[in-house]
Formats: sequence, structure tokens, C-alpha cells
Amino acid sequence: MSSYENIRQPGISPAGVPFRERLGEWVDRHSGTFFIAPAVTLILIFAIFPTIYSIFFALSRVRFTGDGLKFRYVGFRNFAKQFFGSSEVHFLGRTDPVSIFGYAVFAAIAVAVLVWLWRSRKITTWVGMIGRTISAAMAIFLAWILCASLVSGNSIGTLYTTLFYVLVGCTLQFVIGTGLAFLCSQPISGKNFFRVIFFIPLMITPLGVGYAMRMVADVTKGPFQPFLNFVGLEEWVWSADAWSARFMMMVSDSWQWIPFIFICMLAALENIPRDHVEAAQVDGASSFQIFREITWPQVLPVAVTVLLIRMIEAFKIVDLPNIMTGGGPGSATESMTLNSMYIWRANDLGSSAAIAYLLLILTVVICASFFNYVVVGQIRKARA
Amino acid sequence: MVFRKQLTAMALCAAATGGAAVPAAAQEFEGVTVNILTRPGYVIAGPLIERGKDFEEMTGAKIVVTEVPFAEIFPKIQNDWATGTNSIDVGVFAAGWGVELDAAGLLEDLDPYVAADNKIMLDDIAPYFRDFGQKVGGKTKLLMVDGDFQMVYYRTDVLSEAGLEPPVTWEDYLDVASKIHGMDMNGDGDADYGSCIFKKRNAQSYFAIQTFAAPIVQTHGTAQGFHFDNATMKPLINNAGWKKAFELYKATGEFGPPEELNMDIGDTRALFKAGRCGLLVEWGDPGTLQLDDDAAAIKGKLFAIAAIGSREVLDRETGELVPATAETAPHSVDGINYSPFAAFGGWAGAINKGADERTKAAAYAFLSHMNQPAQSGIDVTIGATGYNPYRISQLASTDLWVEAGMPQELADNYLGAINAALDNLNMSSDMKIPGAQQYTAVVLDTQLARYLADEITVEEALANIEEGWEEITEDFGRDEQVAAQALALGTN
Repeated sequence: MSSYENIRQPGISPAGVPFRERLGEWVDRHSGTFFIAPAVTLILIFAIFPTIYSIFFALSRVRFTGDGLKFRYVGFRNFAKQFFGSSEVHFLGRTDPVSIFGYAVFAAIAVAVLVWLWRSRKITTWVGMIGRTISAAMAIFLAWILCASLVSGNSIGTLYTTLFYVLVGCTLQFVIGTGLAFLCSQPISGKNFFRVIFFIPLMITPLGVGYAMRMVADVTKGPFQPFLNFVGLEEWVWSADAWSARFMMMVSDSWQWIPFIFICMLAALENIPRDHVEAAQVDGASSFQIFREITWPQVLPVAVTVLLIRMIEAFKIVDLPNIMTGGGPGSATESMTLNSMYIWRANDLGSSAAIAYLLLILTVVICASFFNYVVVGQIRKARA
Repeated sequence: MVFRKQLTAMALCAAATGGAAVPAAAQEFEGVTVNILTRPGYVIAGPLIERGKDFEEMTGAKIVVTEVPFAEIFPKIQNDWATGTNSIDVGVFAAGWGVELDAAGLLEDLDPYVAADNKIMLDDIAPYFRDFGQKVGGKTKLLMVDGDFQMVYYRTDVLSEAGLEPPVTWEDYLDVASKIHGMDMNGDGDADYGSCIFKKRNAQSYFAIQTFAAPIVQTHGTAQGFHFDNATMKPLINNAGWKKAFELYKATGEFGPPEELNMDIGDTRALFKAGRCGLLVEWGDPGTLQLDDDAAAIKGKLFAIAAIGSREVLDRETGELVPATAETAPHSVDGINYSPFAAFGGWAGAINKGADERTKAAAYAFLSHMNQPAQSGIDVTIGATGYNPYRISQLASTDLWVEAGMPQELADNYLGAINAALDNLNMSSDMKIPGAQQYTAVVLDTQLARYLADEITVEEALANIEEGWEEITEDFGRDEQVAAQALALGTN
């Protein structure tokens, strides 16, 4: 009996304590759960449930009838046609023929990824190995598609158009945004004015940005038309060429999102203790050395976190290509989200949900990999 | 002074009495709101709004017009009505789209309303629009507000200056376009374009490609169709006929504006109204749009051709092209097969079966008001409305048009072209089966856009369309689609 009482958790009332008091104590002990329950319930209702419910759409063909929606189970057909069916080239791009150079680059990347995975077995747990295996599989898949399409001189599909916006666009935005933030953190005159100016694009709705950019980039009536005529490019049309259209989309997206990087990095840069910098200056360090050895390591955790948030957001790009080109020319500027939206708009809810799930998998694996192998590493390094 | 006060009082009394008397007698639908969904901009939606105000004064029913992008009209209506949301009472869309909504039991049967309507004058509506546009399965389910055909237009002054005849075949079209491309057509000193076609993706480019394909693929009359093998609903697209149409369509781009791939119909209309296009593929609108104040450069100079033909037609047995002869194309004239394409079929209004009875009655009364000769006879003569003629009274005489400001010669040409298209026994119909929007606006449009942008070859585009159409046919059920196609083409 005594041993039984010893293992009872502290705080539990002994027998004989009034029920009301025991209830009060129980509530106290679970107060955390009660406080968080409404939020969890709301998330379950508005986020998790629709996500799970959309699996039924992704595995079905859905028709609208007078009695509502009718589902017909088709297994993974909606997914399969993105890889092997009528939507293969649209999603993956043209992957045939593969050039010798394409094979060589793929082989190099695949070997590098496998070596990384092999070495990981010594530094991580079996759970970590599962995560790294998933990351490696995704990397090899993406490398193959890249090498079979772009590297082999073929066109890319919505998969790599999306990755172009994410990887190239976010890199550009990060470099420019961080550069502007660094400049505005310096003791220069008028920096408050520039802070406001640089921040304005972020406050404009993406639809507004799309229409504004469409007018600005108009080669027949836009403000750059005289310049294009002057340099002999009056016949050049960015919207008729796949890469110039993608590039214009990325520029427009960057115009809107550089301020986000700018404002976050400015806050990080201004929080660096001045005494570290002053001590380095006393020791005779150059400006570049101060940036490399003091400033950059201290803002790195913020920088990679900001980049992660921006990447997650960039995967969802839809407004700009929809407004500026309607996904064209052809499907050149169509992101996966826009592709899903267009198919959804045609009431093909099954295929639309399947593409949305593919995007979810892509986003989760890439962003989780970036978080685990880059963000966490940099945060640990900063703490050390 | 006293006399003036008395006069004023009398006038006010008379005004009050008269003002009260008119609505008191006409407020049949007081308190009813009719929500209409259609395309954005003044075209189509504008007259609905303006005549909606008149209708409200006459009947008390409030007309609310909501405008959404063209590509969203059908899915929004289908979604709203199928899920029982019923926030939309009336959809104004392509007549051909009604069949899918009707198959799902979402459209109100308008026959009882028509039977009690003594102003609609159904016999005055051209047979094609009355029987194909307004009816589904033999019952009236829609009311037209517009009649549509795609035609080719040419600048009489430009062709005359270049010493050229209007094109007869698509090869001629390319030839004429190549010869006039680069000419200054509006006197502003800049080079203008041989051909203007709206080729933007997710817009209306997929109609124009069908205008190119119809005379090559359809040879044995309207009932033959040119999209499917009607007996099996196997797509009739992966063949030499459609391949040639795709190639011809793409070739027009060499003589078009540099931004043509990103141009919607509003963009090309702005160009031809500014006098910058020698040839164009369009609906009936340019006939009246050239009368607008901002189209002074082309007023009376833009003539229509009912249909462009083809010297080669598809042999469905072999899948190859053969010369158009009396055997291969019985309706051909001088070795040229014509098949004017009733693209879109015209804008028509349909009523949600799930709306309440009073709203449905008010909705019908409004659509009838729009459709009646007194109103539509005016609307079709104004280019900005987007409404084209569909009543016999509008097509039989040029008087209405000349009164509206159209030069007699142009009126003769314009109505002549539309009548010639309507009278052609090989006229080609737009798709009117369940999934029509998916077959064309999604699958055909996407693959066409990718071919035009050099992403895929014509063979890949046609193979992808074939596969995509097969998927849709399987979704809706092959037997059901065979029956729907027979009904649509009048072969059942």
C-alpha cells in the first residue's frame, strides 16, 4: 500500500479530499491542454480536415450533379497522369532525348547525393536516416528531371518553372534584400527615407503588382518602349519567349518580395551589439573582415530562417503569372499552383487536388531538408 | 404670382399622380432580386445592367449583374448550382454549355414560360439559334441574347491598294497576310500587321483554331461534326486535317503583332479599331465596332467573309488529306469545301432550377425582355454590346443597320456574310455535349498554346488532346456522350 502511494504522482489528492477540490486540482494540472484546445480544434477543422478530405478528391474523378458532388474512385490515376500520361510533358517537361552531358551531370549529382547519404549513417539516428533517405530520393529525382530536360536542351515543365521561381528568385531576392538592408544599417544620410521606399512594394496586393508590372513591361505602350526602340529591340517581346517571360515573372515577384527580406535583415543587422564591431575596429579589422567574422555569423540564423519562410511562400506563386501571361507563352510561366488552379477552375477537382498534393510533398521535403541541414546547422553554429 | 403657384401645384399633383400610377400598375416583381453571372466588361454585361435598370422601373425586380473572368463563368455557375449554394439565379454564357448543366438537372425548363409569353416571338429567331442554341433535348432551356459565327474580315482599302483579292482558302489568307504585312494601314507612319488573331492562352484562342479546322475536317453537312467519330466518340483530332489546321494557325503568327501569343480579344480589337490589322478572325462584332467613334480609321472599310474554305479535306477512312471533290466533299463549291463555324453558339441566359419560383419568373421576364425584338433589335446594332444578330427580322433587311449608321454597302456585306453562314448546309456547330468546356477550353486550349509557343510539336499536341479528350469521355461515360452527341448534331 505504501509502495502504491509512493508511485502516485505528486499533487494528486489523497482519498477523502472533496470531489470539487480534486476536480479543481485536475483542471489546474491540465490547464495547458485546455488553453491550447480551442486553437488545436480550429486548426483541425480549418487546416487538417480539408487536407485529409482533399485526399478523397485526389483519388477520385469528381462530377457535379443536381444532387451535389459525385465521386468515382480511380486510385492513383490523377497522380500517374502527371508522370506518365497526358500531363507528363506539362508537369515534368520534355525528358527525351537525354544528352550525354545530361547523363554525365546526373551521374555526378547522384553519386554525390549517395555518398552524402552513406556518410550520414555515422552521424544520425535511424529516424534521421529515414529523413535523409527521403531527401536524397527527392534530390536524385529532381536531378534526373533537370538533366533530362533543361541540361539536355529540352523544355521544362511546371515542376521546374516553380523551382526556378523558388530557387533562383529567392536567391536573387535574398542577395538584393540583404544588400539593401546592410546599406541602410550604415550611418548614411536619408536612410529612413530609403527604408520607407524599399518597404512600399510589400504593401501592394499581388494582383496590383501583376497589373502594374504588365503595364510597365508592355513593349508597345510601356515606359521602356522608347528605350527598346533606341536599342533596336522594337520587335522583341518578352511575353513570346519562354525564358524571358519566366525572367520577367521572377523580376516582378522579386520587386514585391525583396522588401520582406530587407526589413527582416535590417532588424537583424541593427540588433548586432555595437561593442563587438567597435572591438574589432580597435583591433584594426577591415570592414570586409568585420562583416565576414562578426556581422554575418550573427545574422546567419535570421538569414536562413527568412530564406526558409520566403521559399515556402514562393512555392505558392500564382497571382503574377495568372495576371501577366495567363501561364503563357504555352505553359512557360505556369507554376504548379497556377496549374492546379486552372484545372480546378475547369471543375476537374481530382486532378487539381493531385497536383496540390504533389506540390505539398515537394514543398515539405525541400523546406524540411533546408531546415534540417542548413537552418538548424547555422543556429547551432551561432549558439556555439 | 398666385396663378404661377397654382400652376406649380397642379403640375406637382399631376406628376405625383402619374408617377405613382405607372409603377403601381407595373410592380409585378417588387422585392425580387435576380442575380446574374456573366463575363466582365461592358461587352455582354453592359446591356444587361442598363436594361436591368429599365426592367426594375417597369417591374420592380432588381437586376444584379456579377462579372467574372471568362474562364471562370462556367465552373462558378456549375459549382454554385450543383452544390445548392444558389447565389446565382441566371447564368449568361455560351449556349453550348447549357447541355452539361441540363444533364445534371440544373436548368429550369423555359417552355411553360415561353408558352405564356406573347412578346418573345420565337418564330422570328433564326432556326439555328432557336433550335440549337436555345433548346436542349427538345426543350427550351436558354434564351439567346446574341448570335455568333466566326468570320474572317479584311480591309477593303488595304487589299485594294495592294491589288489583292479577298482570301478564299487559308493558304490565300496566309498569302494575302504576307503581302500586306508591314504596310502602313492607318497613316501613322508605322508598319502594321497582316493578320490579327487573339492567341492568348486561357482566353478564346481555341475557337479560332476550330474555325481553321472545320472546312478541312467537316465535309458531309452539319450533322457530321468535326470533333469526334459520332458512333464511338473516339476523338477525330489526331489526323492530317487538324494537323494542317494547327500548322496554318501557327503560320499566321508570322504576319501578326509580336505580342500576339499574349493577346486576348480586347487587345486585338483595340488594334483593328486603330487600323493596324489587314486581316482578322473574329465574331460578328467588327461589323458594328467599326462604326464606333474610336474606329474612324476603319469605318466602312472592314468587310466580312462568311467562311474561308479548303481545297483539301480529311478522308476519315485513311486519316489523310484528299482534294475536295463532289465525292469527298459534297457541299464543296469549285473544289473548295466551306464550313462556317458557329463558334460559341452565341451568348444565352439560363435560369437556375433551384431558385425560388418568383425569382425564376422575374428572371425569365428579364431574359425575355432582353431577347424581344424591341430591345435586341437595337442592341445588336451597337458594336460595344457584343451582341450579334440572331433574329430573322435583324438579318432579313439592312434597314435596321443603315438606320444605326452603317453604310449600305457594308450592311449588305455584313448581313450577307452572316446569312450565307447560316444557310450553309455544311455549317459546323460548336460542341454541345457534357464536358464541352473541358474538351475545348482546357485540353484543346492548353495544347494549342503549348504548340504555338514551340513547347511541343504538332504531333504531340494532337496526341495529348486525343488522350485528354478520351479521359473526359470516359469520365462522362462513352454511351452517354454518344447519345449527347447525336442529340446535339440532330442525328438521333
